[in-house]
Amino acid sequence: MQKLLEKKVKVQYVPCKKANTKRAKRFLDNRAPKLTENIKNAMIMKGGNTSMTVTQALKDIYALKKPSAVLYKKKNITRPFEDSTSLEFFSKKTDSSLFLFGSHNKKRPNNLIFGRLFDFHVLDMIELGIEKYISLSDIKSSKCPEGTKPMLVFAGEAFDHENDHKRLKSLLTDFFRGPVVPSVRLAGLEHVLHFTALEGKIYMRSYRSLLKKSGCRTPRIELEEIGPSFDFILRRTHLASDDLYKTAHRQPKALKPKKKKNISHDTFGTKFGRLHMQKQDLAKLQTRKMKGLRKRRGPAAAAAAVVEGETSPKTTEVE
Amino acid sequence: MAACSIEDVLAKAEQDEAEKLKSITVQKELDLEFDIGNLVAYDVNRIDIRQFREQKKDDFLRSLARDNTQLLINEIWKHPTERVEEVIVVKLPEPTTVLPREKPPPKPRPPTKWEEFAKLKGIQKKKKTNLVWDDVAKNELHRLRNIARAQKIKVPGVGLTPTAQQSKTDLVRAVNVAKVSTASAGKFQDRLPKEKAPRNTGKKRKFQPVIGNFSNEKQRQLDLLKVMDSKKPRLDVNKAVNKQMREDDREESAAKFRKGGKKGRKGGNFSGKGKGGKGKGGGGKGRAGGKGQGPPGGKKGAGKPGKR
Repeated sequence: MQKLLEKKVKVQYVPCKKANTKRAKRFLDNRAPKLTENIKNAMIMKGGNTSMTVTQALKDIYALKKPSAVLYKKKNITRPFEDSTSLEFFSKKTDSSLFLFGSHNKKRPNNLIFGRLFDFHVLDMIELGIEKYISLSDIKSSKCPEGTKPMLVFAGEAFDHENDHKRLKSLLTDFFRGPVVPSVRLAGLEHVLHFTALEGKIYMRSYRSLLKKSGCRTPRIELEEIGPSFDFILRRTHLASDDLYKTAHRQPKALKPKKKKNISHDTFGTKFGRLHMQKQDLAKLQTRKMKGLRKRRGPAAAAAAVVEGETSPKTTEVE
Repeated sequence: MAACSIEDVLAKAEQDEAEKLKSITVQKELDLEFDIGNLVAYDVNRIDIRQFREQKKDDFLRSLARDNTQLLINEIWKHPTERVEEVIVVKLPEPTTVLPREKPPPKPRPPTKWEEFAKLKGIQKKKKTNLVWDDVAKNELHRLRNIARAQKIKVPGVGLTPTAQQSKTDLVRAVNVAKVSTASAGKFQDRLPKEKAPRNTGKKRKFQPVIGNFSNEKQRQLDLLKVMDSKKPRLDVNKAVNKQMREDDREESAAKFRKGGKKGRKGGNFSGKGKGGKGKGGGGKGRAGGKGQGPPGGKKGAGKPGKR
């Protein structure tokens, strides 16, 4: 709540979004729908009742997701699966489209709800229960710097076959992938998040990859566990309907790569181009020069005339 | 013998290569799917549950992770790299996994009031072109100059030559030239009430060369000192008196113009003519009187300084 209060001071609550200053205009433009979107912000909050495990888990995931995440300190007495209005309100205030809601009660101990929003309405929500948890501080090792783009690995057949797991895969990619960049520093590929789906459970491990020398250019990988390690169990899900899901995936036309006309590629990768020519007069087509067939003047013409003269009386005779 | 040794060498080279690659190769039943744009790898291989239970969970998971990460790194290293400020950077392709957007795509903004009005009226946006080379005018000027040079006539080169777009300065210059080209070189040309005196157009200062006639320069400097020394004021009385008369004439005409204009407006049209006529008559008398007085006064008071 403290963070929310801080935000309240900076962000003026204006019912109709009108900007009086250039700074305000820039701020509103940043939050407006765009062609290429900003990196998704996550809001991490606690429910009515939380246990030590849950609070620590939330803090660790906040550390993984920094700086594009906000951690609320105060408890919010809401139930996302029943009523998502307060979630939507918070997301509008902080311009976040991902959320993580942690709670604890007798029926659902150590509960984490991962969710995402589209246009400030809930799109997907997946509830995971923490069965075993080892926090960042418990594992003594040197950590990765904050804000490194992690490599994600999803292992297990379930991530490919089951619908719930497929959505979970998409949601976790969305949550942890970080900013989309055109290039990455090779030495900075340090952080690896590994998710394994096995027997209805999902194991999340976080490692630091060490690039060792191998004989060739590509290095050999050695892993060192750093980060929080979770054993999740999949509980309830609230997945978006198909048409809402489709609408959320609709990309603006401007982002499609422009097709160059008259250029095609075949299966081997050869590039073909097409030239459009005007209609050609085949009679005047330039072919090989056949000098012998050319019309000749002078003695040749006289000879031809003589030949003609000879033939014509013959024909008259026949007639 | 030689052939055998060559074969041996090749075989050995192959073995070495294989050993080198051993450290980075990973055996998997099914190939992994990669989305390098997002740095994601999807492993769909079956996980041996028995093995998972036998080993310690964490160790099993770690070895699995290591293998998968190795394959992902191998795939990343296949992409082109470049050097950016002492750092080697790999260029990532576009991400392939389609993830939902956070907000709907932007709607085209509604047309503004002006845009709607322009559409209604059919006004199109015209781009203001930069200054275009005006061939015609420059040609014309050069042509006239050449003619003048051939016939040894002096060419004014100002305002009289036709140009497509004449700027304010050009027009002002043309007006000034026209004014001066009267029989009396523009001395008696009236000016409009708010017109400013023409700037020194055309008259260029002539400077003596730096190292020229030394005696001439010496003489001029001495003359200058003599003038500065003398107690008598250097004043051409004739010139001063004429100038003053001209100034007075000008002021009178300006005042008459102002008076005539103001009274005409105030009184209305019916009484304007009469008063205007009277004003003109009065002005004429006054002027005649003034002119008559001027020269005699000037001649008499040759020694006196003129009115200042």
